[in-house]
Amino acid sequence: MREDGVYAAMVRRGMTRRTFLRFSAAMAAALSLPAAYGPRIAKALEAAPRVPVIWIRGQACGGNTEALLRAANPTAANLLLEVLSLDYHEELLAVAGADAASPLAGLASRYPNGYYAVLEGSFPTGAAGAYCLIGGRPAVDVAREVATGALLTLAVGSCAVDGGAPAAPGGITEAGGIGKVLTGGNFIALPGCPANPSNLAAVIVHQLVAKETMPTDLAHRPLAFYGNLIHNQCERRPHFEFGEFALEWGDQGAQRGWCLYKLGCKGPETMANCPDVRYGEKISWNVSSGVGCIGCHSPSFWGAMGPAYRRLPSPLPFLPNLTTDLVGGAMVAGIGGVAVAHGVGMTIRFKRYKAQDRRAKAKAAAEAASATETPPTAEPEAAAGTETAAAGTGER
Amino acid sequence: MVRTVIDPVTRAGSGLRVELDVAGGAISEAWVSGTMFRGLEATLKGRDARDAWLLADRICGTCSGVHALASVRAVEASLGVTIPANARLIRNLLGGTLMVRDHVLGFYQTEGPNWVDLKAAAGADANATAQLAKLQSDRAGSTPEAFKAVRDRLAVVTADGAPGAMGRGWWGHPAYRLSPEQNLLLAAHHFEALDWQRNLMRIHALMGGKDPHPQTYLVGGMAVAAPWGGPKGQTGRDHPKVPDRNAPDALSTEGLLLVEGILAATRSFIDQVYLPDVRVLAKVYGDWAAIGAGIGAYLSGGEFPVDTGEGAARFLPAGRLQAGRLLSPQPVDAKAIGETTVHAWYANPNGDAALDGPATGGATPVWPANLSLPLTTLEGAAKYTWIKAPRYDGLPMETGALARVLVATADGRQEIAASLGALLTDLGLTMEHLPGVLGRTLARAVEADVVSHQAATWLADLRTNLAAGDLAIADVTWWDPSSWKAETDGYSLGEGPRGTVGHWVGIRDGLITSYQVVDGSTWNASPRDDSGGRGPIEAALVGVALADPARPLEALRVIHSFAPCGGCASHVFRPTESTR
Ligand code: SF4
Repeated sequence: MREDGVYAAMVRRGMTRRTFLRFSAAMAAALSLPAAYGPRIAKALEAAPRVPVIWIRGQACGGNTEALLRAANPTAANLLLEVLSLDYHEELLAVAGADAASPLAGLASRYPNGYYAVLEGSFPTGAAGAYCLIGGRPAVDVAREVATGALLTLAVGSCAVDGGAPAAPGGITEAGGIGKVLTGGNFIALPGCPANPSNLAAVIVHQLVAKETMPTDLAHRPLAFYGNLIHNQCERRPHFEFGEFALEWGDQGAQRGWCLYKLGCKGPETMANCPDVRYGEKISWNVSSGVGCIGCHSPSFWGAMGPAYRRLPSPLPFLPNLTTDLVGGAMVAGIGGVAVAHGVGMTIRFKRYKAQDRRAKAKAAAEAASATETPPTAEPEAAAGTETAAAGTGER
Repeated sequence: MVRTVIDPVTRAGSGLRVELDVAGGAISEAWVSGTMFRGLEATLKGRDARDAWLLADRICGTCSGVHALASVRAVEASLGVTIPANARLIRNLLGGTLMVRDHVLGFYQTEGPNWVDLKAAAGADANATAQLAKLQSDRAGSTPEAFKAVRDRLAVVTADGAPGAMGRGWWGHPAYRLSPEQNLLLAAHHFEALDWQRNLMRIHALMGGKDPHPQTYLVGGMAVAAPWGGPKGQTGRDHPKVPDRNAPDALSTEGLLLVEGILAATRSFIDQVYLPDVRVLAKVYGDWAAIGAGIGAYLSGGEFPVDTGEGAARFLPAGRLQAGRLLSPQPVDAKAIGETTVHAWYANPNGDAALDGPATGGATPVWPANLSLPLTTLEGAAKYTWIKAPRYDGLPMETGALARVLVATADGRQEIAASLGALLTDLGLTMEHLPGVLGRTLARAVEADVVSHQAATWLADLRTNLAAGDLAIADVTWWDPSSWKAETDGYSLGEGPRGTVGHWVGIRDGLITSYQVVDGSTWNASPRDDSGGRGPIEAALVGVALADPARPLEALRVIHSFAPCGGCASHVFRPTESTR
C-alpha cells in the first residue's frame, strides 16, 4: 500500500476495507465492467498515487465543475481529498491571485512525473484572446501550454470539445474547443452540456486504475459512453414503435409517458448514455422527466441540432414523409431501418451545417476586411449568424 | 501607494480580477474587472423564441435554472401567457432549492477558506471538537473518531508544499481567529456540505430531468407532466419502464415522497449544522459587521410568485431601498434601469456615457488598442472590464441576499423578520449591523432558513392540487408562432441566489431579434459610471485594512461576501433591426 496513495487517503479518512471494496465495485459498474473487476480495481487503487490535475476554465458557465461536485462514485469529497490533487482550479482553490496561479508557471519542472489537464469552457481566439484572460494572459494560450505538457487532456463539456454555446451561430468571440485551438496531444472528449457527472468520475477512475486511456472513437469520445444511440436505450422506445406520441406539452400522451419524438426529441440522432447513467444518482434523465433530448452530446449541437421542439426532419430527403407515416403505423419491421437512417441523417446534416458555418464565416471575414473601422465584434458576423440560422430553418 | 493585483479571484466563477491601491495598511482604491466575455446574447439572435431559454440558461451552470426561468418569463410576458399553478409551484421548488444550496455551499466552499484556517484545524483536539459539536446539536455522527479522520486528512493536504486545492492556502494569516477546534468543526462540515448538496440537487434531476441545467422549463409552464390519472395513477400509466423505486416519475406519489424526504434531510442539516456554524463564525468575527458596507442602496426584483398571473405578489418582495433609508421600500420600475459602458470594453454609438435601457442600448465589445497582452496592470486604463455598469435612476445598487432580506423586512414580511430577529438577538446585533460583510453572510443564512421551510409548503400545495385532479402543467394554446403578434417585446425581473436577474427580449416573426441580460453580479461587480461613482464591490473594498498586503485575505472576505460570479456578469446587447 502506498502511503501517499488513494487507498491510504481513504483509510485515513476512516474508510473501512469493506466500504473500500464496495466503492471499487461501484466503480466497476460505473465503467460498465462486470462485477468481477471490483477486486482488480481495488488492487489498482491501493497502488495509485494521487494524480495532479490542472483544471483550466475558459469561457465556461461552471456547469462541468458542478457536475464534478455532483459525482457520487466516487463523491466530490473523495475526489477532492483523496483521488485527485487538484493543483489549479479557479472555483475550488483556497488561495487567490498569483499564489493560486503559481503551478501554471514551470509545469514541467513542477511535475516531473506528469500531470493531467482538464479543460472546461471554450477558448476565444478573437481580439487576440482578450475575450477571456487568466491572470492577465489569454486563456487560449494558457490552455495550449497546459495541454501540450499533459499526460492526457480531458475536455469536459461541449464548450471545451467544440466551442459550445459561445461558438453557436452568431457567436462573436471566435471561440473554439480542443479541435480548433489545440494541435495534437492525447485527448479524451466528454461532450455534453454539461458532461454527465457519472461519466466524468468514471473517466478519472479509469485512468487511475487502468493507467491507459479509455477506448475512444475518432472524435476522442469514450466508446463506453458515446457508443450507443439514446433512442436505442430509451425506456419510451416501445411507444415509438407503436406510434404512441405526446403531441402537445402536458397532453394525454405526455401524461402516459409516450414517446417525445414529435415534440422534438433528438434521441434518434444522439449518441450518449443518458438513459443508462441518468442524473442525480440515477434518479431520472430528460425523457423520464417528460422532456425530449436536445442533442447536447452531439457535435456543434447549438447550431446543428436545433430548434429544440421541432421534430427531426426525415432522414431521407427523397422520402420526406418517411418518419411520420412509417412511425405512425405499427410497422415494426421497417422501424429498425428508420433508426439507422436517422444515424445517417445526423451525419449528413452535421456536414451540411459545418459547410454553412464555413461559408458564413468566410463571408463575414470578407466583409470585415472591407470595412474600414473594425471593432472585433463586427456587424457582419451578426448577419452571418442570421443567415446560418435561417438556412438551418429552411432545411427543415 | 502599492498596486496589488488579485487575478484570478478564485471561488467567484470565471474571469474576475481585482486591483487595489494599498496605502498605510488599508485599501485606498479598488477596481473590479470582469475578464471573461462570451457574447451569448448574440448567439440567441435568430433562435426560436420558444427555446431561447435553453441557451440563456448556459449563462450560469452554478445557478443553473435561474436564467432559464428568467428567459421563459420574459417570453411569457411578451406573449401574454399565464402559467398554471402547478408550474408555478415546481418553478418555486427548483428555484428555492437552488437558492438554499447556493447559500449553504457558498458559506462553506466560497467563503469558508476566508474565515476557516484549515491548517490550524489540523492541530485541533478531536475530543474537544466533538464536545463543541454536541453543544450545537445532538446530531449523530459528530464523534471524536469522525473529527479525527478529517483532522488527519487535513494535516496531509495542508502540509507545507502539499499539492492540491488546499495546499497553498494563506494559512496562518493573522486575520484568522477561530480556535483550532472551531476550525476543525467548520472544515469537517465543509466536506459534509458537499455530500449534502448532492442529495439536495437530486430534486433538480428528478423534476428537471438533468442537473446542472434542468431541461423541463417551458414557455407556458413546465414540461414535466403529471402521471395519467393523477399522482396515484400508476396503473393507468402504461409506461413500459422497468420499475425502479429509486427513479419514480417526478409527480407520482413516490416521486413527491422522495422530494419530501430530501427536503426534510436538507432541513435537518440547516438546523443542526449550517445555522449553528454561522453563529460560531459570527460570534468570533463580529467586528466584520462594521466592515465593507459599500454604497448602502439595495435592489430586489422579487422572487417566488405566490400566485399566477402577471404582477403577482412574490414571497420575497420586489423593492428598492435608498441609502440611509432602509425602512422605506420604494417600488421598482424596470424603465429606470440603464447601463453605461464608460469604463467597460465596449463602444456605444449613443456615446459611452449614455445610460441606455437594456431594451434599447447598442454597445459592441471593443478591446482597447492601448492595452497589451499579457495584462500586467490596469493602472491608468479608463476602460477596465468586460462588465457594464447598470444603474437605477443613475445610481449603483447592491443586489443579493442582503438586499432581499432588507427589502422583505422593510416590507413587513413575517417569515423573514422572525428568522432574522432570532439570529440577531442571539448574536447581540441589531438591524443597523446588517450592511456589511457579516450582514451578507447572515442574510444568506436567514434566507436559506426561510426558503427551505417554504419549500415544504410549495410541495404540499402541489400535492393538494394534483390530488384534487388539477393536473394542468402548461398552457400551450399559443404555441404556434403564426398566432403571435409580428412584433412583441417583453422582460422579466426576478432574483437568483446572487442577485437581481433581468432578461429583456425582442421577438419578430417568432424569432429572437434582441436579447439583453442584467445579472445580479453585473450590478455588484460593475465598474465606475460616468459620474465616477464606484460599483458596489469596489465601494465596499475601499478603506478595508490589510494585515499583510501580499496576502490580501481581508479583500477576499469583502469580495466573496457579495457571492459574485465573473462569468454571469458580462453581457452584450445586439441591436435590433429597428433600432440600428
Ligand atoms: S424519440 Fe426520444 S422519447 Fe422517443 S423513443 Fe426515441 S429517445 Fe425516447
